[in-house]
Amino acid sequence: MIRVELPMHLRTLAGVKGEVTLDVPGAVTQRSVLDALEAKYPMLCGTIREYGTLKRRAFLRFFACQEDISHTSPDALLPEAIATGKEPLLVIGAVAGGI
Amino acid sequence: MSKVRLLVGTRKGAFVLTSDGKREKWDVSGPHFAGWEMYHLKGSPVDPNRLYASQSSGWFGQIIQRSNDGGKTWEQAGNKFLYDGVPGTHQWYDGTPHPWEFKRVWHLEPSLTNPDEVYAGAEDAALFNSTDGGQSWTELSGLRKHGSGPHWQPGAGGMCLHTVILDPSDAKRIYIAISAAGAFRTDDGGQTWLPINKGLRSQQIPDQDAEVGHCVHHIAMHPSRPGTLFMQKHWDVMRSDNAGDSWQDVGGNLPTDFGFVIDVHAHEPETIYVVPIKSDSEHYPLDGKLRVYRSKSGGNEWEALTKGLPQKDCYVNVLRDAMAVDSLDSCGVYFGTTGGQVYGSSDAGDSWAPIVRDLPAVLSVEAQTLA
Repeated sequence: MIRVELPMHLRTLAGVKGEVTLDVPGAVTQRSVLDALEAKYPMLCGTIREYGTLKRRAFLRFFACQEDISHTSPDALLPEAIATGKEPLLVIGAVAGGI
Repeated sequence: MSKVRLLVGTRKGAFVLTSDGKREKWDVSGPHFAGWEMYHLKGSPVDPNRLYASQSSGWFGQIIQRSNDGGKTWEQAGNKFLYDGVPGTHQWYDGTPHPWEFKRVWHLEPSLTNPDEVYAGAEDAALFNSTDGGQSWTELSGLRKHGSGPHWQPGAGGMCLHTVILDPSDAKRIYIAISAAGAFRTDDGGQTWLPINKGLRSQQIPDQDAEVGHCVHHIAMHPSRPGTLFMQKHWDVMRSDNAGDSWQDVGGNLPTDFGFVIDVHAHEPETIYVVPIKSDSEHYPLDGKLRVYRSKSGGNEWEALTKGLPQKDCYVNVLRDAMAVDSLDSCGVYFGTTGGQVYGSSDAGDSWAPIVRDLPAVLSVEAQTLA
């Protein structure tokens, strides 16, 4: 079971409180986790990854085990602690104050 | 008894303001979608309880919301806005080619006849259509693929398609406006488009007769005269009496003809409203005085409307979609400011009062007159 922690606005869209848990078949990567997340919560499509390109939206970050993995390949294996559910994958809104 | 419902989009959420026909006391509901930029909300003319809302965020992108009960509850609709085919490029601010990139929906225009049909004006400029209540979207790509597309350039707010006007007398005629490409019209339901910018003059572009490149801020039309259009351009207030084929300057005695909003009285098609703004580099009213200007002659001759509006130390702006009128016998006029005030007039602009004073910056105001 994979654990994912979402920012508040995405939890509101998905109608969840706290972490979400996902079954991720096969290799546990950014891509497979996000595929599973969007399959379970289709209202999140387009909010983390752009439609079409599936690129991470510019002001979102992915943290795993105290590391920023936002710029690693989406097909790289995530750390063992994420794959086993010991630690959550964090989806973080980047520090960008805006207006 | 009739009611009025105002749909207010702000930088940090949406608000629904309701009043009875007297329009003296208002209930305020919100913020809906707290913390999100709500560029625009609008109700279906044939089912006023069917509302559409554009919810967006620099972090999380675009969401479309839909309500079937006048904004009491909402459900998420579709947000898959994909350009048709290979999007190509437009001009960037420095004149270099820049790929078309979807950013957000600025304006939602529900069909005049079908509550499940709605148009979405997007940044980067494109027009999308949904016929299933916003669940799925198809680009009317004849607009973006108009031969001038590679020459379109963003205005300071982005290259946004911000105005969509449906002709009540001709289901296949639609007007749109883009900053800073100009105004366009289709007569075949969106397959092909004609630039309608003759007569516009813009110092910011070298060719005064350029087919495109004009920074149109907003266009308004009275439904009884669909061939007459009123435009607030970057600078200049303009009028067309031939469906946009040509335009004349009707700024007349306005103290400044820069501004964003323009609207038409519900029952008097020659009575129009603007809010003059000092200049393109000083986006606030002249002399700190918030004044709506009204012309009862379709332009050229304007009167300042000041009763109830702040006449000193006021430095707010009124953005392009932030004025609306209701259709009660005594026409109500409403506008919202970047300072978070929504002002209303129940006597066609003769006098004004704040409905709310401290909302987040107002991006849009729409008025619904309910039986």
